[in-house]
Amino acid sequence: MKENIKIPYFPGCTLKTKAKNFEVSAIEASKMIGIELTEIPKWNCCGVVSSLSTDDLMKHIAPVRNLIRVQEMNDSGQANGNRLLTLCSMCFNSMKRTNQRVKNKPEDMKSINDFMYLEKDYLGGVEVIHYFELLDEEILGRIKEKSVKSLKDLKIAPYYGCMLLRPKDIGIDNPEEPSVMENLISSLGGKPVKWDAKSRCCGSYHTVNNKDIVINLAKGIIENARKSGADTIITSCPLCAFNLDNRQKEIIKKDHGFRTMPVFYFSQLMAVAFGLKEEFIGLDGNYIDPKPLLKEKKLI
Amino acid sequence: MSDTQKMVKVYVMGEAYMVPEGSTIVGAFEYAGFQLKRGVGCREGFCGACATVYREKGDYKLKGGLGCQTVVTDEMYIAQIPFVPADKPIYDMDEITPDAGTFMNLYPSVFRCVSCNTCTKACPQDIQVMDYIQAIIKGDIAEAANLSFDCIRCGLCALRCPAEIVQFNAAILAQRLYGKYIAPKSPELEVRANEIIEGKYVKELEELATMEKQKLVDKYYNREIKIS
Amino acid sequence: MPKKITLNDKGIEFLKKIQELSGETITLCDQCGTCSGGCPFVEDMDITPSQIMRKTMLGQTDVMDSKTMWICASCYTCTVRCPRMLDVSKVSEALRQVKLRQAIDKINIDDITPEDANELPSIAVVSAFRKFTG
Repeated sequence: MKENIKIPYFPGCTLKTKAKNFEVSAIEASKMIGIELTEIPKWNCCGVVSSLSTDDLMKHIAPVRNLIRVQEMNDSGQANGNRLLTLCSMCFNSMKRTNQRVKNKPEDMKSINDFMYLEKDYLGGVEVIHYFELLDEEILGRIKEKSVKSLKDLKIAPYYGCMLLRPKDIGIDNPEEPSVMENLISSLGGKPVKWDAKSRCCGSYHTVNNKDIVINLAKGIIENARKSGADTIITSCPLCAFNLDNRQKEIIKKDHGFRTMPVFYFSQLMAVAFGLKEEFIGLDGNYIDPKPLLKEKKLI
Repeated sequence: MSDTQKMVKVYVMGEAYMVPEGSTIVGAFEYAGFQLKRGVGCREGFCGACATVYREKGDYKLKGGLGCQTVVTDEMYIAQIPFVPADKPIYDMDEITPDAGTFMNLYPSVFRCVSCNTCTKACPQDIQVMDYIQAIIKGDIAEAANLSFDCIRCGLCALRCPAEIVQFNAAILAQRLYGKYIAPKSPELEVRANEIIEGKYVKELEELATMEKQKLVDKYYNREIKIS
Repeated sequence: MPKKITLNDKGIEFLKKIQELSGETITLCDQCGTCSGGCPFVEDMDITPSQIMRKTMLGQTDVMDSKTMWICASCYTCTVRCPRMLDVSKVSEALRQVKLRQAIDKINIDDITPEDANELPSIAVVSAFRKFTG
């Protein structure tokens, strides 16, 4: 058996505010399978949403600062290895993109390092990974081993959204036919649902000033999951979670016949399967109450 | 001033003046004949009224500082900032909560922060301004209040911010929220507040309010200071 | 007889600007329509992503008046599917940037209602401000 994994971890703003249940469930469930997440010190915004224009370097400063924190942890011996782990898909995408950009464009790296003259230069040695990238055969085996409550009656629709898969050189899996979340669900003993909308955009930040776009997209995604036989949807993105979960309130206002569906962070179902305490599952943080479903399936 | 006093050249709003070496920026202004009505206050580095921006010879950096604390250097370019326009929403402390949502509502610009750290570099108080703005975004109001504690509202952070955040006003809100909702309550404070409400000091206050000026001055200088 | 399309100076300048900001060679677009076909937002757009490409390619500056670039949420569905390996989301970003850099914001940040402020996750607000303010 491999040794336990201790890895620098970047939470991001929302895991400290509206998605505390994501963080607590992920940290506690990870402990069960020998993964210790060490929050990096003095982290700042991940730089979301990745700035796409060629000359807009200002928006890449924030992610580089976080990468410097990991570099410092390595230099001082607080961390071993060059990886930075994220749970939030958006943090993953924006930091990995910036990292790739400065590694591929030394002139951009220099501009950013010069601008941040109070920081040590970033040397490009850090690798940004998403939690799902830890899920190799070995870890999936540990998950299977630790799953004391079987999710076998739970039909779960894995929702990837955009940021885990696209663009191709950033994504962690095949952008059209991903399977990493299905593997996780199977290891937990659950049934992954095959469905069409697993990588369809939820509408993202339009939820701030163009709610209707999000309401329509979220409704389509949830109905597709329902049609495909799912009891619930899981995600690793707090913005997708908000749009799919909380925005159901708005969907019902427009469509009185709409049947709500609970939405989980993947880590919450890990915590359920591992039989963790309810405070580590964080069910009160979900908007559509998932307790009736979990009770029906005899999971709590 | 002695004849051997060394003089340095400074540029105030673009015009050259010779002022004594070792002057503060406020001192240099006054030596040069300006009468400061705004942009000067306690002259001790506490009030934050004398925000100044300047450039030193041979340095590309636009620096900020307090006019009363910053000593002039030869060929320095100086501009006084008498006032920093900043939005200041009205809120009722009883109706807001110590979380990120409150700032989203009252100071939404906080969420535009790109972590460039320009605010921190501009701060004459050596406050980690960017860090407290980021703490607000993370919903860590206690951290924001503690990090911003030394802020004297000179406004240089807000002037330099590319995201147009008014850091110093957001900091007051964080400190108020911390004081009202997060900081441990002091039982002594409550006792004292009740004494005041019940009128324990009314008589003493009235005495002071009606006292002759000279008596009041004497009383002030002969007051007992207890240090416990 | 083949007809040659000639862009006027203003058109050439516009195309050049968008190609520079996006880093994409827009003239490589074949107009196959895959981007529009897969775009989850196309229903809410007034012109399609492939029309954005075509208009920009032809230097038609009225593309800036379209709401399409503001509806695009950079989900990169078009990006992974383009047979010409073009990144349409970068073209949208370039178009947005041209407006935003003239200090024309697409969101009034003071419009967030107290109700929304209590509900919205930080990441939504940070993202919207990044995409809609200059």
